[in-house]
Amino acid sequence: MRGVAGGAASPNSVRLWTAGLILLALAAPFLLYPVFLMKALCFALFACAFNLLIGYVGLLSFGHAAFIGSASYVTAHAVKVWGFPPEIGILAGTAVAAVLGAAFGWLAIRRQGIYFAMITLALAQMVYFFALQAPFTHGEDGIQAVPRGLLFGFIDLNDTLTMYYFVLAIFLIGFGIIYRTINSPFGQVIKAIRENEPRAISLGYRTDQYKLLAFILSATLSGLAGSTKALVFQLASLTDVDWPTSGQVVLMTLVGGLGTILGPVVGAFVVETMENYLAQFGSWVTTIEGVIFVICVLTFRRGIVGVVAPYLIGGRATERISPQPSPQAAGLARDKIPTEAAGG
Amino acid sequence: MFSWLHIAIPPAPALFAQLLVGLINGAFYAMLSLGLAVIFGMLNIINFTHGAQYMLGAFCAWFLLNWAGIGYWPALVIAPIVVGAVGIVIERVFLRRIYQLDHVYGLLLTFGLALIIEGIFREQYGSSGQPYTIPPALQGAHNLGFMFLPNYRAWVIVASLSVCLATWFVIERTRLGAYLRAATENPVLVQAFGINVPRMITLTYGAGVGLAALAGVLAAPIYQVSPLMGTNIINIVFAVVVIGGMGSILGAIISGFTLGLIEGMTKVFYPEASSTVIFVIMAFVLLLKPAGFFGRAR
Repeated sequence: MRGVAGGAASPNSVRLWTAGLILLALAAPFLLYPVFLMKALCFALFACAFNLLIGYVGLLSFGHAAFIGSASYVTAHAVKVWGFPPEIGILAGTAVAAVLGAAFGWLAIRRQGIYFAMITLALAQMVYFFALQAPFTHGEDGIQAVPRGLLFGFIDLNDTLTMYYFVLAIFLIGFGIIYRTINSPFGQVIKAIRENEPRAISLGYRTDQYKLLAFILSATLSGLAGSTKALVFQLASLTDVDWPTSGQVVLMTLVGGLGTILGPVVGAFVVETMENYLAQFGSWVTTIEGVIFVICVLTFRRGIVGVVAPYLIGGRATERISPQPSPQAAGLARDKIPTEAAGG
Repeated sequence: MFSWLHIAIPPAPALFAQLLVGLINGAFYAMLSLGLAVIFGMLNIINFTHGAQYMLGAFCAWFLLNWAGIGYWPALVIAPIVVGAVGIVIERVFLRRIYQLDHVYGLLLTFGLALIIEGIFREQYGSSGQPYTIPPALQGAHNLGFMFLPNYRAWVIVASLSVCLATWFVIERTRLGAYLRAATENPVLVQAFGINVPRMITLTYGAGVGLAALAGVLAAPIYQVSPLMGTNIINIVFAVVVIGGMGSILGAIISGFTLGLIEGMTKVFYPEASSTVIFVIMAFVLLLKPAGFFGRAR
């Protein structure tokens, strides 16, 4: 129903921007360091998947590291130890993330708002401690020297450029799935749940099923990003399952723009670029990320895309997205409207 | 891998030692989840900075000792006041701006603040811990016949229980607590009765933060004073809060101590699971009693 950034853009300008961005992505490895681009694309997909929950269902998960991390472990193990070809390895990792997402989602959607965040965080910590102790993850070392292998048996992924286009293809597939989901009838329902869950229930929607399905989809695509990342870096490590990764994806989405379709992509590139340049400053990166969090929450809740997009695509004022929440927004403030919450 | 199937009955001293460790951990879970519950009740914010403020309390005691030569006992009073004052500044400068927004922004903002504080301390002190010696009056141990009870650990349990019960008393049994509970229910009405609700919110946040700092000072001689001590414990405390529910002060205290004990027991019988047992319990509680044991469904 709405355009790229949620504004009521004309279809032509959206098409123009889409074509331009894809051309840019195709040319990018000749201009920038490909490994950086691949990493940024993996995180961009991760952030898009995360945004599907926070931006469109209004559920803040603080445990998405569990999905990207477990998928990357499974893919790395399957490819390295079991000798799976890369495409099957990625599917295996993604499938595990989907199963994990189903289990976590099933538990977490029982509570809303900040409880949801705490529950997902706690469940993700459980996965972290499992990864820390399980023998196949090799603890602090992680799974190293994961072979990239031959895609479909004949495309050699050890070539950096080939790998880049493979990652780009995966990103575009994942992004396409998210785009289609948001603009489908299903997407309309989850947005309705975000705006006012009791009303969606009163209209006859089984909101729990919609929330669970969105959660599983988000976890699955996060897993896809994690599996791909394991092949890019030929490594699966504890960093990916640890909670700072969960915080980082929140930061990317917040910086780029909650509930905008391109926001997480922009946010991922911004945060990754920043990390690249700030790596030499050690722990200050954490501090700077904290400062950005605070600035975003206090003054910049629309994010980069939320602010910039209306000018670029010539749309009207953007659709109200969760950054300017009403009491009903996201069904998160339900306890403030007891008369309506009682209906739920 | 299946070695855990062969559960042996551990010797009694080991059992009691782990129970003691569990009780100590439980004391800290209780104090921290109590602070979270108090803050949540008034501000409707889940204070992600709580772990960082606990760490600040421990560091404050360490600074007092190493920079000013002020020992443990004065630090027990000074550190909570100093860190609580920092909390009041945070509330006035940052939190006040986001009360009208969705709850998740409170979570994100306090998470950002926690990152800032921990980043600064990690930059200065790395990830390793700084030792903080037990005050002379509490060194040594008592032989209870079945185990050795270090004096300091006994003191921590007594002190945290007293603090928890005192907090409960203030909130549930005094006039000030009545104002607090009333303002939690309906701040507009309480304000209309002539009570300065914004100031009460500020002071509540300061008190909650002070509680975290006090826990930090108590923890300093047991765990080392480390920039990471806050994040390590706060993730578990969140699970404790989900299990207990944030509706009740007494609930926070009971679930904190109980879960600490359960964690200690797990360390005896199935050590591999000791780091995850609280999360597993949380999952089961969500299945059976989604609002938590002491929570009100809302």
